[in-house]
Amino acid sequence: MSNTIKNITLKIWRQDGPAAKGHFETHKIDEITDEASFLEMLDILNDRLVTDGKEAVVFDHDCREGICGTCSLMIDGQAHGPQRGTATCQLHMRKFNDGDSITIEPWRASAFPIIKDLMVDRSAFDRIIESGGYITAETGGAPDANLIPIPKPIADAAMDSAECIGCGACVAACPNGAANLFTAAKVAHLNRLPQGQAERYSRVESMVETMDDYFGSCTNHGECEAACPKEISIDVIALMHKDYRKAKFSNRKDLARS
Amino acid sequence: MTLTEQLFAQNTVQLNSKIPAGPMADKWNNYKADMKLVNPNNKRKFKVIVVGTGLAGASAAATLAELGYQVDAFTFHDSARRAHSIAAQGGINGAKNYKGDGDSIHRLFYDTVKGGDFRAREANVHRLAENSVDIIDQMVAQGVPFAREYGGLLDNRSFGGAQVSRTFYARGQTGQQLLLGAYQQFSRQVGLGGVRMFNRSELIDIVVIDGRAAGIVVRDLVTGELTSHSAHAVVLATGGYGNAFFLSTNAMACNVTAAWRAHRKGALFANPCYTQIHPTCIPQSDDSQSKLTLMSESLRNDGRVWVPTNPDETRPAHLIPENERDYYLERLYPSFGNLAPRDISSRAAKRAVDKGLGVGAKKNGVYLDFSDAINRLGRDVVEERYGNLFEMYERIAGENPYEQPMRIYPASHYTMGGLWVDYELMTNVPGLYAAGEANFSDHGANRLGASALMQGLSDGYFVLPYTIGNYLAPMLNQPTPDTNHPEFKRAEQEAQQRFNGYLAVGGTKSPDFFHRELGKIIWDYCGMERTEQGLEKALSEIPALYEEFKKDLRVTGNGESMNQTLEKAGRVDDFFQLGMLMCRDALDRNESCGGHFRAEYQTDDGEALRDDENYCHVSAYEWGGDPMKPRLNVEPLEFEEVHLATRSYK
Repeated sequence: MSNTIKNITLKIWRQDGPAAKGHFETHKIDEITDEASFLEMLDILNDRLVTDGKEAVVFDHDCREGICGTCSLMIDGQAHGPQRGTATCQLHMRKFNDGDSITIEPWRASAFPIIKDLMVDRSAFDRIIESGGYITAETGGAPDANLIPIPKPIADAAMDSAECIGCGACVAACPNGAANLFTAAKVAHLNRLPQGQAERYSRVESMVETMDDYFGSCTNHGECEAACPKEISIDVIALMHKDYRKAKFSNRKDLARS
Repeated sequence: MTLTEQLFAQNTVQLNSKIPAGPMADKWNNYKADMKLVNPNNKRKFKVIVVGTGLAGASAAATLAELGYQVDAFTFHDSARRAHSIAAQGGINGAKNYKGDGDSIHRLFYDTVKGGDFRAREANVHRLAENSVDIIDQMVAQGVPFAREYGGLLDNRSFGGAQVSRTFYARGQTGQQLLLGAYQQFSRQVGLGGVRMFNRSELIDIVVIDGRAAGIVVRDLVTGELTSHSAHAVVLATGGYGNAFFLSTNAMACNVTAAWRAHRKGALFANPCYTQIHPTCIPQSDDSQSKLTLMSESLRNDGRVWVPTNPDETRPAHLIPENERDYYLERLYPSFGNLAPRDISSRAAKRAVDKGLGVGAKKNGVYLDFSDAINRLGRDVVEERYGNLFEMYERIAGENPYEQPMRIYPASHYTMGGLWVDYELMTNVPGLYAAGEANFSDHGANRLGASALMQGLSDGYFVLPYTIGNYLAPMLNQPTPDTNHPEFKRAEQEAQQRFNGYLAVGGTKSPDFFHRELGKIIWDYCGMERTEQGLEKALSEIPALYEEFKKDLRVTGNGESMNQTLEKAGRVDDFFQLGMLMCRDALDRNESCGGHFRAEYQTDDGEALRDDENYCHVSAYEWGGDPMKPRLNVEPLEFEEVHLATRSYK
């Protein structure tokens, strides 16, 4: 059964562009059904703003099913808001109470410059994947899919980290703005699979080094795991570090030999 | 003379489907044996534009770049990984016969032609079934973590419209894992310089010079700047138009603009009335809702669909005794039961709700019940199979599906219609291709589950890389068209005027307001059930609302920075024009087939009644300068391999 939530105060970050100075703007939502999603509340606000001749609040969003990773938002200082394991688009107003005041900010990280209002540029994530977050298997030469049996626990573990939606909550939640959880999730997905072995060490080396070009360093706060809408475990970071050490070690050997 | 013959004689555009010679099973091999090739060292002299980076676009761009072509890829998203292919849940079909249950390429081909209610082009469908096998191999090589058995081999499940298990899956996130596989392969090429990526760039127009596709005009969504890009060939892999209904399972940004602008530049738009209403979505909860969420069809493997027999039922589901429940799919379609195809299941749900048997506060859903499966298999097995879907349902509906049945109702989900393409996936504009959901070719009047992922990847990995070469080979050493050509300049100016125009209306209502109202009209009259009278009404209401849109639209902000209201205005404008064509096509097709159900044409027991004598054809429309005056062209469909039959799942 649906109920109405009354008297919500929104403090929303507005910023015209990357170089502009930002500020908070306050808006009231008198009442809203608790069946509405958080982003539907912003839709309603935006519709009102446009009708009143004001500019709508810019925010990224798309599938609204928690899978595309486009939506973001720091809600009261928490990446994707108060509900654990939930992206902003899946957060519903039934998680809020009458009279709540809600602060909405963009992801804040130097690697994610603000484009406008609540929208940021996350293309540094693409650079990490481009540097090695793949298995080289050009179209046409693949052997039969059942040629290499993969033990179910390994396939399941690979899937656990492959679930990453690339939203950037881990970076936004990290006091250092580190991207270790994002990078390690992809390393763990591919490095655990038999198909990923050929490039295992070159992959981790080049992904970690690209990551370091853009993002801060990990100091094991664990905020990333708490913020991740897919609840990806920080264990993957340990796996990435282990493989990175091995990669560096074997490369030194290669250098010595040459 | 049949209607098809009469209409064919009046065609304004010559439609050559270019189906290769030979028996059905040999056609694709014959094509590949006869096609023209571009020498590996010459491939780098050709530039191809790919618009859209979903399964079809990313796989095409990656493969073309691997072959050596220069590829420019465009997406309106911030990253290629966001495309809506990512939201597909259930799985992808592949005729591997790993289960030894009698599957084969022929059977997948047959199921798909029958599932499409005999309105697809046979040769395309056969090629799709052939490629399905290679797709699974390719995706496993990319590291897609498909579900596996304990022995390490791949697991399969069943989907609607099939009596074999041929669907490969990765939990409830198959689309995500396949898209990320294609995205990674694509990203490798971006890193290597084979693909140049343009993100947050939306296609605004197609440019045709001397009858060939010459390039595109795009708008940088961050700066509002319009730029021209030219190439030897242009691929549109820009998805479907399900958001014409406003409420749909499509992502918020999905739109028809790329296909529609191509249509206005001469490409024919085929079968616009073939839209798929998916039976298992979470029912609408209130009027502010922005979109609907799909619950994967795979749930119907273990969930049972039912409604109470008493319209005044008020008890919670678990207290309603068995003899007061109607498991209507199992009753009406005993051999397919809960796995009856989508169009049939959707109509059955609509009828139950229309009879007042709906469940939930708004009485706008039917139950999808897992209690039998939980008793039979245990909660752990059910959780393993569908855990993430159950969680998603609980987040949205606020109810726990382990304890009470899900409530589901049909919603717009996929569009079988799209740009007309020949066997090579080329539109009637030379050099302009359409792939994936953006084209019309493989699903006829209804798409079977787990076939959209298959088609997107088939087109991108295994069709376009061959057929584009065949087109480009004779053009060796021709430069790409000059973007200073007057046609490019004209397209840029028109685009600028269009966007300035939206900003200048200065009315009182937002683009979203108009989209919602437009969607309501299309849903009411061109949704799950259509009638002549309703469609006539829609064809008078849509143009009236469109006039209001032109006079009373309000877009705030400016055209020189990120402005989502302005983006939306352009997309809604195109949905208006498409909406008129959808209703026109639905009105002209005086039969029922697949997702197109005209109430006037049904059998005594309420099934779709086709008219093969007069409508066994593709309806492809040419832009006539006015959205209300399209010119109808037809491509007669001939069936050599599959015999036209009444589609029965009883």
